[in-house]
Order: sequence, then structure tokens, then C-alpha cells
Amino acid sequence: MTSLLAVLIDGSIYASWLFLVAAGLTVIYGVMRILNMAHGSFYAIGAYSAASLVGWYFNNGMGPAWVSYLLLVGAALVAGLIVGVIVERGLLRLMYGRDEILMVIITYALLLILEDGMKIVWGVSPYFAYQPYSELGRTSLGLLKVSNYDVALVGVSALLGLGLWAWLERTNQGKVLRAVIHDREIAVAMGVNVKLMFTITFVLGTTLGALAGALTAPAISVVPGIGIEVIVLAFAVVVIGGLGSIGGAAVGALLVGLSRAAAVHYAPEFELFVIYGVMSLVLAFRPEGLFGRTLVRKI
Amino acid sequence: MRLDKTEISLGLVALACVLFGFVSPGWLIFLLTIALAKALVVQGVVMQMRSGLVSFGQGLFYCIGGYTVGMGGQFFGIHDAIAALSLGMFVAIVIAMLLGLLLTRYREIFFAMLSLAFSMILFGILVKSQELGSTDGFNVHDWTLFGWAPEAGAGSQHTVFTMTVVAGLIVAVLLHRYTKAGVGVICEAVRENEVRVEYLGLSPRWLLYGNYVAAAAVSALGGGLTALATGHVDPEMAYWTTSGEFVFIALLGGLGHVAAPFIAAIVFSFVRTYAIEFVPHTWQMILGFTLLAVIIFLPKGLWSLVSREKTGERA
Amino acid sequence: MKNNKSKFSKYLVSGVAALALAAGAAGSASAAENGKFRVGIVTFLSGPAAGPFGVPSANAAKVLVDELNKGNLPAPYDKVGINGLEIEAVVIDEAGGATKQVEEYRNLVQRQKVDAVIGYVSSGDCLAIAPVAEELKTFTIAYDCGTPRLFADNPDAAYMFRTGLDASVDNIGAVRYLAATRPDVTRLAGIQQNYSWGQDSWADFTAAASALMPEAEVVEEQFPKIYQGQYGAEISALSVKRPEVVHSSFWGGDMEALVLQANARGLLEDATGLLTCGEASFATYKDQAPNGMIIGARGPFGQFAPDNELNTWFEGVYQNAYDLEPVYPATKMAQAILGLKYAAENAGVGDKEIASAEQLAAAMKGATFESVSGTVEMARANGHQAMQGITYGEYHYEDGVASIKNAVSFAGECVTPPEGVAAADWIADGFPGAQCN
Repeated sequence: MTSLLAVLIDGSIYASWLFLVAAGLTVIYGVMRILNMAHGSFYAIGAYSAASLVGWYFNNGMGPAWVSYLLLVGAALVAGLIVGVIVERGLLRLMYGRDEILMVIITYALLLILEDGMKIVWGVSPYFAYQPYSELGRTSLGLLKVSNYDVALVGVSALLGLGLWAWLERTNQGKVLRAVIHDREIAVAMGVNVKLMFTITFVLGTTLGALAGALTAPAISVVPGIGIEVIVLAFAVVVIGGLGSIGGAAVGALLVGLSRAAAVHYAPEFELFVIYGVMSLVLAFRPEGLFGRTLVRKI
Repeated sequence: MRLDKTEISLGLVALACVLFGFVSPGWLIFLLTIALAKALVVQGVVMQMRSGLVSFGQGLFYCIGGYTVGMGGQFFGIHDAIAALSLGMFVAIVIAMLLGLLLTRYREIFFAMLSLAFSMILFGILVKSQELGSTDGFNVHDWTLFGWAPEAGAGSQHTVFTMTVVAGLIVAVLLHRYTKAGVGVICEAVRENEVRVEYLGLSPRWLLYGNYVAAAAVSALGGGLTALATGHVDPEMAYWTTSGEFVFIALLGGLGHVAAPFIAAIVFSFVRTYAIEFVPHTWQMILGFTLLAVIIFLPKGLWSLVSREKTGERA
Repeated sequence: MKNNKSKFSKYLVSGVAALALAAGAAGSASAAENGKFRVGIVTFLSGPAAGPFGVPSANAAKVLVDELNKGNLPAPYDKVGINGLEIEAVVIDEAGGATKQVEEYRNLVQRQKVDAVIGYVSSGDCLAIAPVAEELKTFTIAYDCGTPRLFADNPDAAYMFRTGLDASVDNIGAVRYLAATRPDVTRLAGIQQNYSWGQDSWADFTAAASALMPEAEVVEEQFPKIYQGQYGAEISALSVKRPEVVHSSFWGGDMEALVLQANARGLLEDATGLLTCGEASFATYKDQAPNGMIIGARGPFGQFAPDNELNTWFEGVYQNAYDLEPVYPATKMAQAILGLKYAAENAGVGDKEIASAEQLAAAMKGATFESVSGTVEMARANGHQAMQGITYGEYHYEDGVASIKNAVSFAGECVTPPEGVAAADWIADGFPGAQCN
């Protein structure tokens, strides 16, 4: 019984983290058709920015702890905005219209560059911002003790998902964006400023990636390479859910999160295969992912 | 058998390479051996790229080739290099025939991700296999060639180098003929428009299937040769970053010519080894900028440097 | 269809160009013999192992080489450089896997013409390099990698040495520490990274525990993927089994993240953490690790290094240069360099002469030399493997200062299998011939 409860709790916490990481990736793919390999680097940049800012805040002068939560989010927004605009305007803009696969490789090159760039800026020593994590304390459920920060993350993740959905479905800008998703050429013909929409989307995507990193930073040790590890995870979640679908990413994250937690508790030897197993199974039955649209074949 | 000019020149370059092997220092031979062996895996990636599929999991067959050669010697007493390499190709073909049934239903990014997933599953299995040394892998040694054991060190290094050059030549000639033949041309048609190929009464799926299986065999050959040259195999061969490197090299060379992957692999190895020597802390960044520069300035890969004048493209 | 004639010439052009490029590269390499003693230093400069292991090691190598070249070391290492020759260090990144490391090792030896190589944190890299070192006949010291297979798989190694300890020592020492300080513990659990290092560590630990603490049982074991960083589910799975001791061979960012999360969720209050590589993050835990957590340094290194003259001097120059205390990988790198210096100066060659690899190997084999960690005996694997004691202790943090309490040391003969005996067999047989103080 305890372990079933644990599976549900651990699974939702992990799923909410996966969703945070995958949301930016799926937004960028949905609109721009770019599978962004450098997404993990944006995650790492967010984590580094947040950890260095929060670390600096607590090392100098110990203000109230709640400020550090604002700093976490603020660091991510600023870092995501700056990096997003530079990358989109400075590099991707030159490449639009190229083959989808070529765009993957361009972002792969970007990943290599950013990984070493982060090493130049932040070095290789670990950064910590654990205060926001430990500050919230924990809740005991029998033998199981849950970190309140992790629980809060589930809420943040859910709110973010709802916000994204509302923006896409309920606002004018969202409608325009959906028009671009459905048919870029028609959207252009209807007078949509697709270039502007691309900039907005890409910056939104990088900021989401940076936010995921910033919100994860308090619970981990921020070291080189953390970005590489999340890429494949995020890809898997997005492919399971269907590329470009926010709801799909949420369902994919829940599916992977709960299966993984179940594996850890009941069959640890399969933990290593869970994600790829789920992905292969889903794709075997739904080749476009759970919520993917079947594309009309153009002749 | 009639050879066309490309095949003759491929043969001459291969001969020059083998001769060059006798006068060049050991490190260079090793670098070239690994580069050419990896180029064979890249050929597998390029074969699929021609028909519009990008495999992010070619490391699967690279790893199968390497591990079969290693395990053949270690556990099954297969010490003959040619037998072990052939066995590696055979195993790769069998596995590709199975996986291909599923994978050829997918296109674009789904194919890429699913091929990556299979490669990572093999990685996971190998990590779990403690009798195979888990992530540490194991050494590959004591191999022979037609019953002759090359002396350890420079002798065996030269032998692997020559074997790799010969394997590269054979694969290059076969692929050259394949791309020139009708079926090879249809691969490009599949990339351009699959539906129209279907309307012509051909099955793109079975074409892609054959292509996938053949690419697997070529890649396994590359993996086996790498194992012989390095003397060591580990699961990293199946990790997705390894597969990413193959796609990297494929794009560096471009699809223009059967020789492009070989040249790209050699250039890649040189850029990397000197980047590691001169900027040990930021060599990845150098690779990243190199790749970007190639994509921006040479969209059709390094080969366009050679073929540009012919097709009259602007400089 | 196509103009084959021009293509043909292009072919030759590109082929010749490639060969010329290669030949040019070959030519530039032979200018290496410059009257200096060239040492290849290979360790992680990028990736997750760079922060905890690679960079402290590279830093230690840099400061030690600088000081050696100035002749600033205490006796018996007060001679300038190595044997009077200035040392030139060629630093290479270990990231990228074993195939690439074999390639870079060959480049170091054949292109850069180094006289010796010191390096390798990853066991996979050590295993791949060992046969190549023999093939190229190059004096090579593995300074950190822990796999027992290094000499078990290469029993005839002539040029490969290891100045660090075998990983089985870590876990035998850990169990001995538990048996000595917490004999009543009965519920053990473990969390290991799912790769060779974690699997081997856990196998050694559990085997040693069943021999030395027969009352204890293993209640849970978890093997998360390496570099996972988030251990929510694993911590829950461990917590619900109520272990008394949680053993982990985690290192680097994974270990720091585990300690952070397990501490915040109370696991490390209810159970005692035992981290075999824990010392490497000694300076970074602050108040995030609970007092009483057991940490090791894979030997008498880092915080557990003795207060001898060499180590006091080394800690001083390291602290001076980097404003940090050396952690165990730094001490181990210093030990390997001192081992090389010892071998080069006792190889029977004249002043300012470079000993051959054979002479170096003969001088190193079975040697006893002084190091920052005390006296090192190359007493195992035919004189190729160092034997030293190991120390474990508890981490304590009070008033902003971290310290080690209740440290207990075990002699080399107490935790190292006798010559020719595999660790697993020795443990299974109940440690015959162990000499413990």
C-alpha cells in the first residue's frame, strides 16, 4: 500500500519535471518544425544562472528566503530571453526553409558550442542553490517523507501546462500560432508575420527550457553535462505524446513518470529500459505518437 | 567486370593509402584506420539519408559488429578476423531484418527516434551484462588472418589498416554501383516523393527495408574493424552520442559522392585530434563551429569543394 | 552522363591532398625531443567527471610540475624537475570513450613523443589503454581508476602501473569500518550508479558484509542510471524499507544531488549514509550533509592524508594556488607524479638523462617510495599495483567548518587480498591471511 502511494507520488513528481523539460521542446517543434537538440543546453543555462544567482544571494547577506524563489524564476526568464533571442536572430534565422534534419544538426552544433561555452562562463565546479529546496521542509506520510518543494513543482508544472494551453486555445495570438502550425504557407498568405511568430515561439521555448533548469537547480548539483542527460528524455516524452502537442507532452510525461516510478519500486532491473520500452510500444501502435496528427500525404 | 573511371581512381587511392601505410608513423595509421572504419558506419547512415531517412541509432550496428568480433574471440573461439567480421555482419543483418520490419513503417523524426531507442536498448542490455564487463567492456586480442597471426604492435596495426582500406574499397565500389543502378536512383526518388514512387508500381517500404539491412551490414563491418584496431569494445559504441557523431560526419561529407564519407571522417579525426591537443578545454566548441561553418558555407558538404566547379555552382 | 574525366582528376587531387595533409602532420611531430621530460597527463576536462575528479587532478599536476621545475619540493624530491630535467606536461581530455582514448594515447606517445603517461579516471579507459601501453612499450601510471580487472586481465603487464588503490579495497574497508564502529547494524541498503563501477562496488560490499557482519541483511538495492540527478523514486523505495545504513559508490554531481535530496527527505536522518567516494565533495556539502555521514577517499588521500612533511607542503602550495584544500583525486595525482619522479631518478641513469621505459619500469616495479599519502609499496600484481591502507571517518559540520571525526584506518594487509588472490575469492573465503591492527 505504501509503495503504491509512493509510486503515485514519485511518478507525478517525476512526470511534472519531465513535462517542464519537454514543454519547450514540443512548442518549438510544433510551430517551427525544429527538433531542438540544444534544448538541454538551455535547461543547463537556466540551472546555472539560477544556481549562481541564488548562491550569490545567500552567500551575501541572507535576505528573506522567499526572494530566492523570485530569483530562480527571474534568472530563468532573463537567461532564456537573452539566449533565445541571440540564437534565433543570430543563427536560426539564416537557416529557415532548410531541411528538417539539417535543422537538427544545426542545433546539435549549437549544443556542442554551448556546452563548452558554459564551461568557459561557469567553470566545472558544482553550483548549489539548495536553500529554496530545504526551506520548504517536508511532509511525512507514514514511512514516506516527501519534499514540499517537489510537491510544489507538480503544481507549478500543472499551472504552466494550463497556461500554455489557454494561451494557445483562448487568445488571438494563440490562434495565429495555431494557424502557423496547421499550414505555414496559408498563414503567410493570410498576412501572418511568421517571422515574428517564430521569434516569439523560439524565445518561449528556450525560456521554458531555462525555467525547467532553474526549478530543478535547487534539488541537484549543477555540473557540466546535466543538459546532455535531459535531451533524450525530453525527446522520448515528446515523441510518445505526439510532436507539437502540449497535451501530448503532459500525457507522455505522466506515462513515463509513472512507469518509471513503478519500475523503481517493483522491478528495479527494468528501470534502465522503461523509457525506451514505453516509447517503442507507443510508436508501434500509434506511429505519430499519442496525440500526433497524421499528416496528409502530399503528392 | 568492367570498371568505370571512378572505380579505377578509388582503387588507385586505396593502393596509395596502403603504400602510404608503410612510411607513416604509427599514430597516423591508427587515426586513419579508425577514421576509415567509422566512415563505413557513416556509409550506412548516408545510404539511408539518400532515401530520406536519418538514423540516430546507427551505433546499434557499429556496436553489434564490434561486440561480435570481441565475443567471437573471447567466448566462441573464432579467432580468424575475416570469419569474425563476417559473423558480425551476419548478426547485424539478422537483427536488422527483424527491426527493419517495424522501423520501415516510420519516417522523418519518428524513424530517427525509434532507431535511437533500439540503440539505447542494446546499450542498456550491455550495461546490465556484467559477464561482458558492463560499461568497462573487454579487450579484443589474439586474432589471426587466414591462420596467420600478425605480430603484436606495428604488424597487426598495419594488417588492420590494410584490411580496413580493402574493406572500404570494396564497400565504396559496391555502393558506387548501387547508387548508379536503377534501384539506387529510386532511393532518391523515395526521398523526393514517396507517393509518386508508389504510383510507379514500386514499394518504397521494401526498398527502404533492403536499404536498412544493407546499411546495417556495412556499419557492422565498420564496428568490427574498429574493435580489431582499438583492441577494446565497450557499450559506449551503442550510446546515442556515438550515433550522433556518425550523422555529424555524414553531413560533413555530404551525399554527393561515395568517397565523401571517407574524406569527411579523416577531416573530422584531424580536426578533433588537433583541437584536443591545442585547446583541450574547448575542443567540442571547435567541432561545433566547424559543423556550422560547413552547413552555412558548404551546404552540400565537403564534397561540394570538389564537385563545385563541375556543376558550375557559384563560388 | 557525367564528366568522368574531370571527376577522375578531382579524385587524385583530393586523395593526394589528404595524404599531404597527413604527411605534413606527421612531419611536425618529430620535433618533440626538446631536452625536457615530457609527461602526458590524461584526465577529464569536460563532462560530469571534470568537476569532482578531472580538474582537481589537472590542477594538482600543474602546481606540482611548476614547483618541481623550480626545485621547491622537500626531500627526497628536492631535485629540479625530473632527474634535473625540466618537466613539460601535455594535458589531454579523457572525455569521449575508450576508442578515442586509445587514439589519443597513441598520439601522445607517437606524435607528441612523451616519455611517460599518467592518467585515467575511468576504468573502461584504463582497461583499453593497458594493452596499448604494452604494445607501445610506454611507461604508464594509472592514477585513479579502480577496476580490479586492470591487472587481472593483463597479468603480464610490464609497463603499466597503478599508484591508486583497487576499488575492492574501498568496500572491504567500508565494511571493516562499519563492523568496527557500528557492529549492531542489521539492515543494509545500497544505491549505485548502473555501470561497472556501481555494480562492482555493491558486489564487493555485500560480499564483505556477509563475511564480516553475518547478522546484517540487505533490505533494498537500487541502480539508477548514471547522471540521472533526480532520485525521488529511489529515495522513496529505500525509505520504506527502513535501512540503518545506506551504502553508495556515487560520485560527483550524482552524489551531491543524492545527499541533498536524501537529506531533505529525511532518509539520511533515519539511516547512516556511507559514501565510498564521499571525500571528493568534502568542501561542497556544507550543512546539506548530516553530521555522522561516513565518507571515504579511496585510500589515505585528501582529508585522510597523513600530516607528513610532503603532504603539509603539498596542501600548502595547492591551497595557495587554488584557495581550496586538495581533495582525494588531487592527492592521487600528486602521488602518481612523485612515483614517476622516484622511478626516473632511481633508474640508474646519469644526471639530466631520460631513462628508457624499461629502466623506469624496472625502477618502479616493487618499489617503496615516499608520497603525500605516506609510504607507498608497489606490493601487488607483480610489483605493479600500490598497496596502502584505507581510512574512513564521519563528516561533521559545525559553525561553518567541516571536519572529520571518528576516523579509523585499516592497514594495507588488512584490506588488500594477498598476491595472486582475486578480491572476490578472498572475501568469499573470509579474508585468510588478513593482518589487521
